[in-house]
Amino acid sequence: MTIPNIVGAGLIVIGAGLGIGKIGGSAMDAIARQPEATSKIQTAMIIAAALIEGIGFAALFAA
Amino acid sequence: MRRKINLLALLFTLAITSVTFAKSDNTDQKDTPEEVKGFIKHHLKDAHYFELFHGAKMPLPIIVWDNGIQFFLSSDFKKVKVKEVTAPDSTITFVPLSESDTVAKESSDYLYESKSSNYSIFHGKIVAAKHGDMLLKLNSDGKKKLVSHSSLIDFSITKNVLMTLLICVLIFFLFTGLSKSYKKGPIPSGFGRLLEPLVLFIRDDIAIPNIGEKHYKRYMSYLLTVFFFIWIVNLAGMTPLGINITGNIAITFSLALITYLITQFTANKNYWGHIFWMPGVPVPMKFVLMPIELLGTIIKPFSLMIRLYANITAGHVVLMSLIGLVFFASNLFAFGSFFGLTLFLGVIELLVAFLQAYIFTMLTALYFGAAVEEHHDEH
Repeated sequence: MTIPNIVGAGLIVIGAGLGIGKIGGSAMDAIARQPEATSKIQTAMIIAAALIEGIGFAALFAA
Repeated sequence: MRRKINLLALLFTLAITSVTFAKSDNTDQKDTPEEVKGFIKHHLKDAHYFELFHGAKMPLPIIVWDNGIQFFLSSDFKKVKVKEVTAPDSTITFVPLSESDTVAKESSDYLYESKSSNYSIFHGKIVAAKHGDMLLKLNSDGKKKLVSHSSLIDFSITKNVLMTLLICVLIFFLFTGLSKSYKKGPIPSGFGRLLEPLVLFIRDDIAIPNIGEKHYKRYMSYLLTVFFFIWIVNLAGMTPLGINITGNIAITFSLALITYLITQFTANKNYWGHIFWMPGVPVPMKFVLMPIELLGTIIKPFSLMIRLYANITAGHVVLMSLIGLVFFASNLFAFGSFFGLTLFLGVIELLVAFLQAYIFTMLTALYFGAAVEEHHDEH
């Protein structure tokens, strides 16, 4: 592994972490506002997080 | 019941012995970091034998199509150590390494040669040549690549194939048991009591909301199969058997390919309409969207493949690195904390095993839902 690769991998992890953190935080807000919709919000949250994770992994493989 | 408990106890003892065996082997002076690295690399690859613990190797059949079918056991292979001789045009040939030779580690290599036939295993691949006939070329990125070998097709029952077959048999018996128990009454007995809520979960929380009441029945069999296959395979990867099936990109590729084919072949005209002639946008935009949507149909299963493969591979690498850290522990405190960390990540991986199966099934259902969606007028 060369230094550009490592820096790239770090950037990818930062980006994916920010994205998934934003989704998780928003889902928490939404659940606090409407606790009766918890299961629906969780499903949507997991799908969105999985999509970001997929992009993150694809980029990690390229790095 | 008694027999089952005995069997569990036996499995547990085997797991314990594997740990002690691995430890006693580590007494001689070796490069421990290199060894741990090699062990992880070795674990991520498929193998032609099944190794329960150090010293207990089970040979597996090797089936090769090379102008006719060849069949023999992998115990026929023996290890040959070779040293590399690099020619001026950066091609490399192998010369057998004798006991007295001392060469640098980088310029020595090893391969497995068959005693009775003309095959050898070089870096996990079966090649129809012995070491004397092999010609390698050095790539620009410093990797060695074999240039002299005839093409052959490898149908071997490798470790992954054997375990996939065994897990298929296990799933078959679990679910035929579940379906048979409904003949006796409405409540399943035995292991079916665990499976029934999961089946209902997939029907009520994954299939019906995403595909719709009208069409979901057609897809239930595939969704159930893919969910339980991925889940049980992931769980099996967490046992000390050391198997890594969903961490193999060929397996996840096949699963994603089946999802792709089912989506394309059961799609209705609305689905194709949305791809080739997107309704509700200006005409020039329709031409722009056409290639993007077409590409999207391929990117969706591709991301399914990468997600499952990368998650399981990353999980195995992290867990094995942490287990490897235990061997570096110099005092009891470090040993204890590494053990705790390993346990913690092991439990997380159990969650990931379920989550990845859930996400794969969920996204598959979502794609199926898009394929059979009825026409509606708000566009």
